[in-house]
Amino acid sequence: MSEESRVAVAEIGAAQDDFELLHAKSPVFYPVYERKSDLKQQTHYCPGCGHGIVHKLVAEAIEELSLQDRTVLVSPVGCAVFAYYYFDVGNVQVAHGRAPAASTGIARACPGRVVISYQGDGDLAAIGTAEIVHAANRGEKICVIFVNNAIYGMTGGQMAPTTLVGQTSTTTPWGRRPANEGYPIRMCELLATLEAPVYIERVALCDNRNIMKARRAIRKALEIQRDGGGFAFVEILSPCPTIWGLDAVAARNWVAEKMVPVFPLNVFRDRKPEPLPDGGPEPRSLAEVLEIEARAAGDSSKIRRASHSFETLTVKVAGSGGQGALLLGQLLAEMGLREGLEVSWLPSYGPEMRSGSAHCHVCLSKERIGSPLISHPDVLIAMNEISLRKFAPQVAPHGLILYNREKLPEDFAAPEARLVCIPASEIADKLGSTKAANMVLLGALLEETGSLGADTALRVIEEKVKKIELLNTNREALEAGRQFVDKEVWTGAETQPDGFAG
Amino acid sequence: MRQLCKGNVAVIKGAILAGCRAYYGYPITPASEIAESAALMLPQVGGTFLQAESEVAAINMVYGASAAGVRVMSGSSGPGLSLMQEGISYLAGAELPCVIVDVMRGGPGLGNIAPEQGDYFAMVKGGGHGNYRNIVVAPASVQEMAELTMLAFELADKYRNPAVVLCDGFVAQMVEAVELEDREAVAPDKPWAVKGTAATRKNLITSIYLESDELEAHQRHMEAKYARAQREEPRHELYQARDADVLLVGYGIVSRVLRSAVEKARQEGLRAGLFRPITLWPFPEKALVAAAARAKKVLVVELSNGQMLEDVRLALDGRVTVEFYSRVGGNVPTTEEVHARFATRAQAAA
Ligand SMILES: Cc1ncc(C[n+]2csc(CCOP(=O)(O)OP(=O)(O)O)c2C)c(N)n1
Ligand code: SF4
Repeated sequence: MSEESRVAVAEIGAAQDDFELLHAKSPVFYPVYERKSDLKQQTHYCPGCGHGIVHKLVAEAIEELSLQDRTVLVSPVGCAVFAYYYFDVGNVQVAHGRAPAASTGIARACPGRVVISYQGDGDLAAIGTAEIVHAANRGEKICVIFVNNAIYGMTGGQMAPTTLVGQTSTTTPWGRRPANEGYPIRMCELLATLEAPVYIERVALCDNRNIMKARRAIRKALEIQRDGGGFAFVEILSPCPTIWGLDAVAARNWVAEKMVPVFPLNVFRDRKPEPLPDGGPEPRSLAEVLEIEARAAGDSSKIRRASHSFETLTVKVAGSGGQGALLLGQLLAEMGLREGLEVSWLPSYGPEMRSGSAHCHVCLSKERIGSPLISHPDVLIAMNEISLRKFAPQVAPHGLILYNREKLPEDFAAPEARLVCIPASEIADKLGSTKAANMVLLGALLEETGSLGADTALRVIEEKVKKIELLNTNREALEAGRQFVDKEVWTGAETQPDGFAG
Repeated sequence: MRQLCKGNVAVIKGAILAGCRAYYGYPITPASEIAESAALMLPQVGGTFLQAESEVAAINMVYGASAAGVRVMSGSSGPGLSLMQEGISYLAGAELPCVIVDVMRGGPGLGNIAPEQGDYFAMVKGGGHGNYRNIVVAPASVQEMAELTMLAFELADKYRNPAVVLCDGFVAQMVEAVELEDREAVAPDKPWAVKGTAATRKNLITSIYLESDELEAHQRHMEAKYARAQREEPRHELYQARDADVLLVGYGIVSRVLRSAVEKARQEGLRAGLFRPITLWPFPEKALVAAAARAKKVLVVELSNGQMLEDVRLALDGRVTVEFYSRVGGNVPTTEEVHARFATRAQAAA
C-alpha cells in the first residue's frame, strides 16, 4: 500500500481484545479517488458521518474475506450514492429505493457473486419499501447494509420514515407528530416476520464496542454471501451530525440515547443458510421448448390440398364461454396452416369473455392476410342465440350461417345468407359430451362448404387431443356433424322465405 | 417449419432465439401471456423468470441484470409502462441495453384492455425524465412479434439503449403462423458489464454525472449514437405505394386494416397505397417523404388522438395534405370504414 493512501483512523481508537485494529486504508478502497472531481484524497462525507465508518467496515470485511474480485456494490440515491468513488469493486449505481430490485437482477445474473445493497433509511424504508420487503421475502442472495440515520441527509434534512417522534426536520418543523406522520418504522422487526431471510441484526455506531459489533455483523452478512448466499440484513444506527446539528461526539451520544431506545439492538434472525425448496423443470433443447420441430408441419404430416375453392375464407365463431368457440376457431386456423394457407385467428378477450361470451375471427387465405378483423364473414358459426342475433346481420350475402339449434328463434329475421340449423349440442350430448358440440359444427362446416379437408381435421384433432376417450368422442362428433348435413339439413333460406321458423 | 403461435408467445420465442435468458415482469392484460410464456420457457433453457412485486421493481431488476451483461427483458401494458418510466430513463442514462414490450391498451388511467395506440408519445418521445430516446419497433404480425423482438435485442446492444417493442392488444392476442429457425443469435461481448469478477472490477454503471460539463459530454455522446441510429436504423414497408394518389400511413394492427383497404380500393381502380413504419424511433422520415412524393393526399390512421400523426406531419413538412382518421377506446376501424374515409373523397375529387 502506498504511503499516501495510509490514513489515520480516528474512529476506532480503543483497543478491542478480540480484533486486530487496522489503521491503514483498506486496499478495497481506491488509493486516490479519481472518480471524484476534486479533493481526491478525502471522501465527500461530513466529519463524524456514519457512512464513513460503515464504508470502512464494509471495505475491511471484503478485504478480510478476499471478496474484492467477487463483489458488486449497489448504491442507490442518498448520501452514499457516490460509494463508487471509493470502493474498488464492481459498482452499479441505481435509482432511489430500487437497490434491492437491481441487486436481484445482478445476483441472479451472476450466481456465486457477492452483491451488496447499500441503502439509507429514506431509500429503504420509504420509497423502496416494496423492493426491500419482497427481496427479503424471496430470500435473494444479497447483503443489505441499511444505514439508518433517522433523517434524509442528501436532500438536506427532511423527515425519514425512521425519524423519531418529536424530532424536527425541515418537513416536520414542529417535530414528528404521530397524528400526522405516524411512528418511526422498525425494519428489522418487520422483515423478521418473513420466512426466507437468514440473518437480520441491528447494530449502532454509538461507541467503539458497538462499532466492533457492527463490524462483526457486516462481516457475517458477507460471509453468508461468500458461502453460497442468503438474504442478510444489517441495520446500522448511524450519526448524521450535520443535519442533526451536533458535533461528532454529541451525535454518537444521540444515537445511543435517542435512537437505541426506539430501535433496540438485537439479532432478529440468525439461521444457517440452506437452499430453499425448488422444483424447477428439467432442461430441454431450444427446439423442443420453442416447438420448432414438434409442432412443425413436417413433410410426412403435411397435407397440402391441391386447390382450395376460395381465395380467402373468413369465419366468425361465437358462443358462450366454455362452448369451445375459440378452440374451434383455432382448429380451423391449424387446419389452414396444414393445408398451406395463410391463417390468422383473433379472439375477443378480456371483459367480453368475462361477461360469458366469446368469439373469434378466423381468416384463411392464399395471400398474405391484411386485416385479421372480419367485418363481413363468409361463415358465421353461432353457438348460441345471442351470437346468432348479434352477428348474423354482418354475414356476407353469399355467406353461410351455422346455428347450433334445431330451428331458428321465432322472431328472427333471417338474413340473405344461407342458414343451416344443426342441434350440435344435442348431438354431442348423445355422444357423451356436450363439449364436443364444436366438433359437430366443424364437421357440418366441412361437409357444407368443402373448404378444408376432413382428413386434415382428423389429423389436427388427433394431435391435439391426447386422451383416447375424448379423442373418440371428438372423432364421432366430427363425423356426426358431417352426416347431419349430408342427410338432414334444414335450410331456413329455402323452406322459410319469410325467415320465420315454423 | 411454420407453427401457429399467439403474438405474445412469439415475443418470448423470439427473445429466446435472440439469446435472452432473463425476464422480469408483472402481469397485466393484454400482455400477460408474455410473462406466462417466459415463466414456462425460460427456466427450461437455463434462464431466469421472476414475477416482480411491481413494474417499478421489474424494470430495476432488468437494470441490474443488464448491468451484469445478460440479455434481459420485460413486458407490460400502459399502466405498467407508466411505472417503468423512471427505470427506463435510468437505463438510457446508464446506457444499459434491454427490451421492453408495451402491449398498448385503452387509456388514460385504467382505460380498458382493448387495443389502442395511445402510448406512442410515452414510448417514442420519451416519457421518463431527461434527454434520451427509446429505440421503438412496431410489429404488425405474429411473425414480426418474434422477429422484431430479436431485432430489438440486437439494436439495444448495438446502441446500449433500451429498445421497445410497441404493439397493440390485437397483434398480441392474435394467432398466426410463424416460422422460426432453430438458430440462436450471439450477443456481442460486453466488456463494460459489472459481473463481480476480477476482469470487470473497475467497471461502473451509473447515470449520475455531477459536473455540468461531464453531463453535457455524456449527453452529446448519447446524441451522437442517436444520430447514428437515425441514419442506419429506420425501417418501413411499402405496399402499392409507387403510384398511389392516396397514401395511407399506419403501424401495427392498423397497418393490416390499411392493407385491406388498399386492396379494396385497387379493386375499384383507385390508386391507394400503404406506408407502414416498422421503426417508430428512428422514424423513417426520408422513406416517407419519398413515398409521399407523388401522392395527392396522405391519410394517417391511428388508434390514438393523433400521436404518430405529429411525426408524419413533421416529416412531410407541408409538402402534401395530411388527413387523419382515428378510433380510440378499443375500437379498431374496419376495412370498409377506412376505405370510406378516402375512397368517396378521392372519387368525388376525380
Ligand atoms: C424518485 C426520487 N425522489 C426523490 C429523490 C431525492 N432524494 C435523493 S436522496 C433522498 C433521501 C435520501 O435519504 P436516505 O435514504 O435516508 O439517505 P441519506 O442521504 O440520509 O444517507 C431523496 C428524497 C430522488 N433522487 N429520486
Ligand atoms: S448529511 Fe449526514 S448522512 Fe450525509 S454525509 Fe453529512 S453527516 Fe453523512
